[in-house]
Amino acid sequence: MAGKKILLEHIDVPGINTYEVYRKMGGYRSVEKAIKSMSPDDVVEEVKKSGLRGRGGAGFPTGMKWSFLAKPEGRPRYLVCNADESEPGTFKDRYLMEKIPHALIEGMITSSYALGANTSYIYIRGEYFYVLRILEKAIAEAYANGFLGKNILGSGYDLDLYVHPGAGAYICGEETALLESLEGKRGNPRIKPPFPAVAGLYACPTVVNNVETIAAVAPIVNMGGDEYAKIGVGRSTGTKLISAGGHLNRPGVYEIELGVPVEEFIYSDEYCGGIKNGKKLKAVVAGGSSVPILPANLILKTANNEQRLMSYESLADGGFVSGTMLGSGGFIAFDEDSCIVRNTWNFARFYHHESCGQCSPCREGTGWMEKILHRLEYGHGKMSDIDLLVDVSKKIEGNTICPLGDAAAWPVASAIRHFRDEFEWHVNEPKLCLERNYGISQKHEVVM
Amino acid sequence: MSETRFSEETIKVVNSIVSRYPEGKQKSALIPVLHIAQAEFGGWLSSDTMDYVASLLEIKPIEVYEVASFYSMFNLKPVGKCLLEVCHTGPCMLNGAEELVSYLERKLGIKSGETTADGMFTIREVECLGSCGTAPMLQCGRDFHENLTNEKVDALLDKLKAEGKQKSYVDQD
Ligand SMILES: Cc1cc2nc3c(=O)[nH]c(=O)nc-3n(C[C@H](O)[C@H](O)[C@H](O)COP(=O)(O)O)c2cc1C
Ligand code: SF4
Ligand code: FES
Repeated sequence: MAGKKILLEHIDVPGINTYEVYRKMGGYRSVEKAIKSMSPDDVVEEVKKSGLRGRGGAGFPTGMKWSFLAKPEGRPRYLVCNADESEPGTFKDRYLMEKIPHALIEGMITSSYALGANTSYIYIRGEYFYVLRILEKAIAEAYANGFLGKNILGSGYDLDLYVHPGAGAYICGEETALLESLEGKRGNPRIKPPFPAVAGLYACPTVVNNVETIAAVAPIVNMGGDEYAKIGVGRSTGTKLISAGGHLNRPGVYEIELGVPVEEFIYSDEYCGGIKNGKKLKAVVAGGSSVPILPANLILKTANNEQRLMSYESLADGGFVSGTMLGSGGFIAFDEDSCIVRNTWNFARFYHHESCGQCSPCREGTGWMEKILHRLEYGHGKMSDIDLLVDVSKKIEGNTICPLGDAAAWPVASAIRHFRDEFEWHVNEPKLCLERNYGISQKHEVVM
Repeated sequence: MSETRFSEETIKVVNSIVSRYPEGKQKSALIPVLHIAQAEFGGWLSSDTMDYVASLLEIKPIEVYEVASFYSMFNLKPVGKCLLEVCHTGPCMLNGAEELVSYLERKLGIKSGETTADGMFTIREVECLGSCGTAPMLQCGRDFHENLTNEKVDALLDKLKAEGKQKSYVDQD
């Protein structure tokens, strides 16, 4: 299955970051088509037909989400783009915005038109400030060429588009925390309902979508939803940007047609080119740090011995017993020498750091998991710690306001599910494991 | 230190930021304005600075404090002129983030989290910066430095010393 490129089709064209070149390569056609020949509802209909699913992690059908948007008379509606991109292993949105900023701007205009939004925001993580400047420049070009502002293309449709920086908080990627942050507050997720579609930004109906989701709307409008739905496999339609990192020969951002075999993605030269230094693959986190880790055998083949594909369904095959999730497409490969306990501790530290602290199970539980994993990793663990971790993770899961709690619990539970022997080895052979992992670096003192 | 007050130029920028949000929702400008304040007033947010921002946006000081203390990019204490933020999350750890931190510590003679005596450098370990495919990496001000080797770090530190500052987040270009 040779790679079909849609979002990154013109990535290598010199100057594609500028309006001129982007436009010459067919840019902004979706805005013209939508505004001149389609009603907003027609656009929503095409997105529904396309089968596009949210690219930010949850995979919720975009057209359906759009159709939930409340439309009360006399109140503004907002489209907010989620460019917070902070899920460990994920860097595709940065790549797209930096290289082809107009792809996002065009998607924002076409999508805003579909939703009837007259003011839209792109919320970008603060660390990406240089990308914010790139987007601002692209937006200025779009205004200068009549694609933003008043009376766009003489249609009577007005749209203002702004970029808004965050300031370092993974939780602001959660859509209601993002809206709080955009209102100038701490990024504490809101209790749902009400959902943003009814009461979002400034308590007005709001749609929040990921960068890649919004960018995909332009090609969908251009080619038509039915055509887009033919790309990919089954209910995983279209293409997906995958951020590939870890122990890979060719890490980077790849646009894949959904349905590429995982094995091909890892080993073929078209994609990641195999594992670094000729080593063997041990495990993969396929969709960003939050999704369950799978050992090599289960990521390449499902429990039924079928080839595992890069698609929502195939990656989820086997549920959490033997499957995982496509998530944000942050694909992290671990070679045979990687220490799963160490990585699990590292991720647990991340979630503990990023918990907003509103719910006790998440605030306390992530702290406990980090502490127990630290003690296991540094040679002070007990055998009972392993089940204690499972117990803590179960007490977090499903008991919190937002899904960060689950996202913290899954990596721990799945690592123990699939690599329990390695956790036991840490308890039985603390010296060997310290030597293996820290022969190189003595900086960490064991703090109990 | 001179009085905590933006220049006329900066006030114009602040006003244009405020104008992006609906009437009465000027609090939305808080984070963007705090970024500017931090860059202009010594790389951190003192209570004077935060009170000033509160008065500019016509909100209560506590509304600024609670936001400033929530987000990791806001420094509530002084930091070095160049803040070296090394990503230490999983994918970077797999590709040498710990070695990078150790190398910086040895070169600068400080521990992670500390500032050099001359106030030039602070080393800080941070979570994933969206640069996992180009690990190990660090961010200094606005710039990402990726695929780092010891040689690249040497060159970077020399360059920063020569320039005496990092590139500010909020620079317009
Ligand atoms: C803790 C947490 C962090 C998240 N981070 C992001 C993020 O950085 N970017 C993103 O697009 N979605 C993120 N999401 C998902 C959003 O809440 C939301 O589902 C998404 O932006 C919807 O857009 P989509 O339907 O286009 O994917 C996160 C969710 C959670 C719970
Ligand atoms: S689950 Fe964690 S991050 Fe989410 S609201 Fe609760 S405490 Fe905050
Ligand atoms: S893990 Fe270091 S940039 Fe993502």
